[in-house]
Amino acid sequence: MNDEIIVSDSELVEPAVVHADRRRSEWLMTIREAWRMGRTKIGVGIFAFIVLLAIVGPWIAPYSPTEFVAPPFSPADIPKMWLGSDYIGHDVLTRVLYGGRTVILLSLAATVIGLGLGVTLGLITGYARRWIDESVMRILDVVLAFPQIVLTLLFVSIVGPKLWLIVLMVGISHAPRIARVARAATLEVAQRDFVHAAEAFGVARTKILFNEIMPSITSPLLVEFGLRLTYSIGLIAALSFLGFGMQPPAADWGLMINENRIGIVIQPWPVFVPVLLIGILTIGTNLIADGLGRALIGIERDTGVG
Amino acid sequence: MPPLLKLILIRVGLGVLTLFLVSIVVFAATQALPGDTARAILGKEAANKVRYEALREELGLNEPVAQQYVGWLGGVVTGDLGNSLVQDKAVTELLSRRVANTAVLVLIAALLSIPISLLLGSLTALRRDTKFDVSVSIGSLSLAALPEFVIGIVLIMLFATQVFKWLPAVSRVDPGVPIYQQLELFVLPAITLTLAVAPYITRILRASTIEVLESEYVMMARLKGLPERLVLNRHAVPNALAPALQVTALNLAWLAGGVVVVEYLFNFPGIGSALVDAVANRDMPMVQAICLIIAAVYVLANLTADILTILVSPRLRTGLR
Amino acid sequence: MEPTTSAGPATTPERDVVLMVEGLRIVLDPSGVDIDDEVSLVIRRGEVLGLVGESASGKTTVATSLLDYQRRGAKIAAGHVEIDGQDILSMGPAALRAVRGGAISYVPQDSSAALNPALRIGTQLMEILEVHGFGASAAEREARLAQMMAEVLLPSDKVFLRRYPHQLSGGQQQRVAIAMAFANRPKVIVLDEPTTALDVTTQAHVLDTIRDLTRSYGVAALYVTHDLAVVSNLADRIAVMYAGRVVETGTRDELFAAGHHPYTRKLLASIPDITGERALRGIPGWAPRPGRRPSGCAFTPRCDWAVDRCHEEFPPVEEPSPGRRVRCWRWKEVGVQVADLDIHLRDKSLSARDTEEKTVISVRDVAAFYQRKEILHGITTGLSERRCLALVGESGSGKTTLARCIAGLHPHKIVGDIEFGGKALARDARNRPRATRQAIQYIFQSPYSSLNPRKTIGQILSQPLRVFFDLSRDEMEGRMEKVLEQVALDSSLLSRYPDQLSGGERQRVAIARGLAAEPMVLICDEVTSWLDVSVQAAIIELLAGLQREMGLSMLFVTHNLALVRSISQEVAVMNEGRIVEYGGVDAVLEDPQADYTKKLLSDTPTIPAVTAEA
Repeated sequence: MNDEIIVSDSELVEPAVVHADRRRSEWLMTIREAWRMGRTKIGVGIFAFIVLLAIVGPWIAPYSPTEFVAPPFSPADIPKMWLGSDYIGHDVLTRVLYGGRTVILLSLAATVIGLGLGVTLGLITGYARRWIDESVMRILDVVLAFPQIVLTLLFVSIVGPKLWLIVLMVGISHAPRIARVARAATLEVAQRDFVHAAEAFGVARTKILFNEIMPSITSPLLVEFGLRLTYSIGLIAALSFLGFGMQPPAADWGLMINENRIGIVIQPWPVFVPVLLIGILTIGTNLIADGLGRALIGIERDTGVG
Repeated sequence: MPPLLKLILIRVGLGVLTLFLVSIVVFAATQALPGDTARAILGKEAANKVRYEALREELGLNEPVAQQYVGWLGGVVTGDLGNSLVQDKAVTELLSRRVANTAVLVLIAALLSIPISLLLGSLTALRRDTKFDVSVSIGSLSLAALPEFVIGIVLIMLFATQVFKWLPAVSRVDPGVPIYQQLELFVLPAITLTLAVAPYITRILRASTIEVLESEYVMMARLKGLPERLVLNRHAVPNALAPALQVTALNLAWLAGGVVVVEYLFNFPGIGSALVDAVANRDMPMVQAICLIIAAVYVLANLTADILTILVSPRLRTGLR
Repeated sequence: MEPTTSAGPATTPERDVVLMVEGLRIVLDPSGVDIDDEVSLVIRRGEVLGLVGESASGKTTVATSLLDYQRRGAKIAAGHVEIDGQDILSMGPAALRAVRGGAISYVPQDSSAALNPALRIGTQLMEILEVHGFGASAAEREARLAQMMAEVLLPSDKVFLRRYPHQLSGGQQQRVAIAMAFANRPKVIVLDEPTTALDVTTQAHVLDTIRDLTRSYGVAALYVTHDLAVVSNLADRIAVMYAGRVVETGTRDELFAAGHHPYTRKLLASIPDITGERALRGIPGWAPRPGRRPSGCAFTPRCDWAVDRCHEEFPPVEEPSPGRRVRCWRWKEVGVQVADLDIHLRDKSLSARDTEEKTVISVRDVAAFYQRKEILHGITTGLSERRCLALVGESGSGKTTLARCIAGLHPHKIVGDIEFGGKALARDARNRPRATRQAIQYIFQSPYSSLNPRKTIGQILSQPLRVFFDLSRDEMEGRMEKVLEQVALDSSLLSRYPDQLSGGERQRVAIARGLAAEPMVLICDEVTSWLDVSVQAAIIELLAGLQREMGLSMLFVTHNLALVRSISQEVAVMNEGRIVEYGGVDAVLEDPQADYTKKLLSDTPTIPAVTAEA
């Protein structure tokens, strides 16, 4: 059965561990464990819903996002204009349905870049010689010295509000933070005896890194992915809000919030709905990350090693 | 040299090194790399050769890069941060008021968030798995997820628009009136920052407090028959102090970046909103200066966290690793 | 005698009984699965009761229950604990606090974790006096504190008391814990494996202290341990636990002479015998964990005496004589058997040193460093073909370092010559030719750390095969099965993951992995330190057998001097980075020359000598 029983009798003798016989890779276990929690299910549900909305939105939108449908800030008029019109006169519902794609795509891209870079750096610094570790960490410290948004803005001021730059810089600013987590996990695994055993056999260092070490660090990285995705969404939406992301007349949730702020008292929908959607999306991803995090702690506790 | 002093000096040294490297990055990004600053500034007028050359001379762009850097760094250290390209006034003059405003804002946010987080973090750890703990956990999980501007807008909608009209939605600071008489303009931004930062501190404090409460030495204290009050105050708290200090300092460091969006949202006259304006206008000297200031604050906050952690842990104090 | 059906109170004189435990049941919370059940114990004034058990026996949870304390995740479900008539488990919180540290105190296993790292030891010592209202004035308390410290042979000057726990050695930390436990002259002391983490010499001192103090103050002590050798010198009576229940209780002499329970007898047979008379015999299998215990007697799968009834019902408590209890359906027959039938005499011919064998590894004047500090000095020794050399020493003696240097796992500075088959060995295993890497195999100490938890056993075993040989898939499978057979494991394990195996099985897999490379030299680094005594015996049996049959040269590193005669022919005793004595195993142990060896011998706890006569 799926019973987990934790008893530790004494440190010298076997940790009394019981887990289902069906155990396979730990990251799969982490996901399965996380899935048992209600909060994870809610998180996945929310995330799936919003992603679906973003993908399918443009197809079900009643108008085009740049079409003038009514005078600016007209109130809602069901069924013609479910959410009214925005500061120029576009249909708010349409723009909402069109506006999710960029946020989600860009956030995913930035997170993946950050993860790729960060994990690589973490693995290398965790397993390489001391001087490589020290020098790379110093460089990463410099990147870490900037709050993520400030670093991004610094480069935006030079290059301009380009989308590729935003994705790149958000990703780069994630990297050192992820690298720290990956490095810590790598260091811990690298001192375990099965790594020494492989070294004694004479297996090449890179092979050890990928075959022995990396599979053991996937779980904490899974959790990091969830966390970083949440921050990416926040950062990219914020950058659009500040006017450095998508430019008008493109439909983008962050941009919409900023554009329609002045009319918030008369026509709240073009601000409120994107705010709600971004808010729910981030809560959803955070719930997933939290579920994964708890599952990981539970598993580490049970297996005694992690 | 006592090991403690040595440890601290190493940390400080690393911090200074980092700042130094940061300055290089800022300089390189804004002045050394981009194709041609002068051309970017002049725009169409760059076709005018005379003006173009004059500007290049003025900005010192004809000197070798290293020399430019040294000159610039010298200026930074002596307080000369150049002139704003947009307003043609000294950067320091334009920023001084704003730095003060932001400092007050951050201070207020800190004064609000730290006690709340300490309280909630320890209470939820002590009353683990109760309804109180669960509801606080859900609340902080949700708040931690939300981007700051989302929190800000929700607050605006709640307090400044339909629902209640208590507070101004936009901070119009009157330069004629002393800041402490216009404190109500700080309220919404400060609350936004607090709500954005407190959940993180709370959650981490809860975790580290739980770790302390489940430790062997706390168990031993109970097995010695110590009253619970003594167990908590004498045995638990000193060990929870180090992680508490560290996470507090780190999160306050985060505020240095959080102000950017929040100030813009509330139109608060601080360095955050100044940065946004400067970036939009490509006012490079301003961008440089603000980035340096924010990075310096960030590094300083991290350094303080490190040093406080060392001072508070007996193991580290006596020089062991 | 009619078997009693419930664990009633002992029929020994009621006076003098200080601690009485009856029907204690501890379960996991919230699943309710039991960890311990029907535990009943009795301890009298001045008496030491050894509570002996291996992993999953539940002994540690019993210990804290006596103070009505359980960690998160477990709770006391039923039973009585009485100290001098006071019912501990039904006390209110204030009364309980008065009793803890007062009438009953606790000595933890690991004082480095149990002492608060943020508080000075003086504070932690003083508070137990303050909280229990000792003395009318601070001066009185300080005097008592000084006395406490003197009793545990620690200084009590202000400077020492101002230290933090991390500034004390392991032995000193443990003494502080003992001082705290005796501070209020308790009636009962619970000692939870207090010497497990200590060196043999430190352990000997600490045990002496415990013995002296319990005798002086007439304290009833419960000494929880997995090490029968340790408890045999300290305990008056012993209770043996298996799978959460007490299976036998009796005086030390009674149990050692003729145990009534099969497990007790087998446990005794698996204790390393320093005299070298008795061959080690392990118990096959492993102890079932909570929730996995079979119905009926839990020991049945591993028991030589098992009959059908054992599978069906758990035997009730029988009392052959006052104070003597056992839970076994066949206790009468088991008890009648003469002790020596359990004892298999060791084949002494194996350690005979007749012909001079060829030297396969030679170490000449080797010094090894770790971050500028020299940790091995002037080591000269050698390993002969087909022989086993034991490297014995306490922690920090350098034995593991030396083994690692030979194996190529010490990536720091080494000076001197280490040769294999006459050729110099590269310092780092990676720089050695493949044939050398193949010929010298290393088995690590911890079976929990030496196998990659993300790989199957098959994948783990195939690694050396892939590195050293060029085999087809079928050939590889064949080799893996063969090597598993050599370590007495079934080939069905190939598709399992390490955490589905017990500690003993994992260590066998680690040995199999070493054997798969078809080595000449096998270096075993404390390979049994993490295992139960009974499992350790089985592994030693296995290794000794393999070494003989396969003609391997073996380097056996251990801190336990009592083990060496069971496996090696030569022994090198190490201390502080030097070899202080070297010679044939019998010679060194029977007639040690070096002072350190003599001391080590006298400090190593031994069980009462067993003779071959009936």
